[in-house]
Amino acid sequence: MRGIIPLVLFGLLVLGMAFGLTRDPSVIPSEMVDRPMPAFTLPSLYEDTPDITEAVFDGEISLLNVFGSWCSACVTEHPKLVEIGESTDIQLVGIDWRDTREAGQAWLRRYDNPYDAVIFDEASVLAIDLGVTGAPETFLVDTQGRIRFKHVGVITDESWAEEFLPRIAQIKAEGA
Amino acid sequence: MKYLIITILTFFAATFAFAQSLDAKMEVRAQEIGAQLRCVVCQNQSIEESDASLAEDMRRLVRARLEAGDSNADVIDFMQERYGDYVLLKPPVQGNTFVLWFTPFALVLLGLLWFAFRRQKAIANAPLSEEERAKLDAILKGDER
Repeated sequence: MRGIIPLVLFGLLVLGMAFGLTRDPSVIPSEMVDRPMPAFTLPSLYEDTPDITEAVFDGEISLLNVFGSWCSACVTEHPKLVEIGESTDIQLVGIDWRDTREAGQAWLRRYDNPYDAVIFDEASVLAIDLGVTGAPETFLVDTQGRIRFKHVGVITDESWAEEFLPRIAQIKAEGA
Repeated sequence: MKYLIITILTFFAATFAFAQSLDAKMEVRAQEIGAQLRCVVCQNQSIEESDASLAEDMRRLVRARLEAGDSNADVIDFMQERYGDYVLLKPPVQGNTFVLWFTPFALVLLGLLWFAFRRQKAIANAPLSEEERAKLDAILKGDER
């Protein structure tokens, strides 16, 4: 009977490690899901277009994508965004985060610009308001301007099909 | 000696330049708050210690909010609302952190209980009754086989 105690303790240790060591600590649970977009007024990446506010999300299903010309994973993700921009009626809003105008504009010239609007957030004003921890990060915003989902990291074909599309269908069903 | 003086003066110059940028009292508060907030990029550093650019922006935001008249608690609430409990370096005592906070105390208590229980048993085992002693004597003499 006594011999079982170390075995049970060992079992508990294994269980604890199985849970504790297999979780990715860089993925922080988002506080922002199911909350309205924070209010903001920020310049557009392009000087000749007016400032952008949270009103940009009114009446449209949008993807709000955090990127930067310094972000190498964003290069990987970008073709998927271009494809989404071409093949769906979803509004794409970019946040060019902690970048310079020249670098951001050049990056979008080089890799194509799928965004309907690009917010220029040099000093993390909107990024901190959204609880952003890194790039790329993508928020799904519904027609009421509420954040419905947050995806950390690159959008892949799988994550698009499994995480975004069902939620987009749900938002469309609510609106109909 | 000359270099020593120059070095010391440089240090002072740097501190003064820093202190001048903000009311000294507010700077102390900002550092106090910053030390309690986790840098979400390099996760085991506070935003005061971290060199990550996001931490730099967070430091600036903490100072801006203090200048706007927020209390220390307001600033921490602001960050917690956006980044969750995660951003607090010291986890708050609440439902989902009971295990974290109270397991050590529970283990100490369990240890003490076990210790007390074990000693009692040891004492209970020690003395032999009259009957047992007689039996033992008999065995030792070899009467019982």
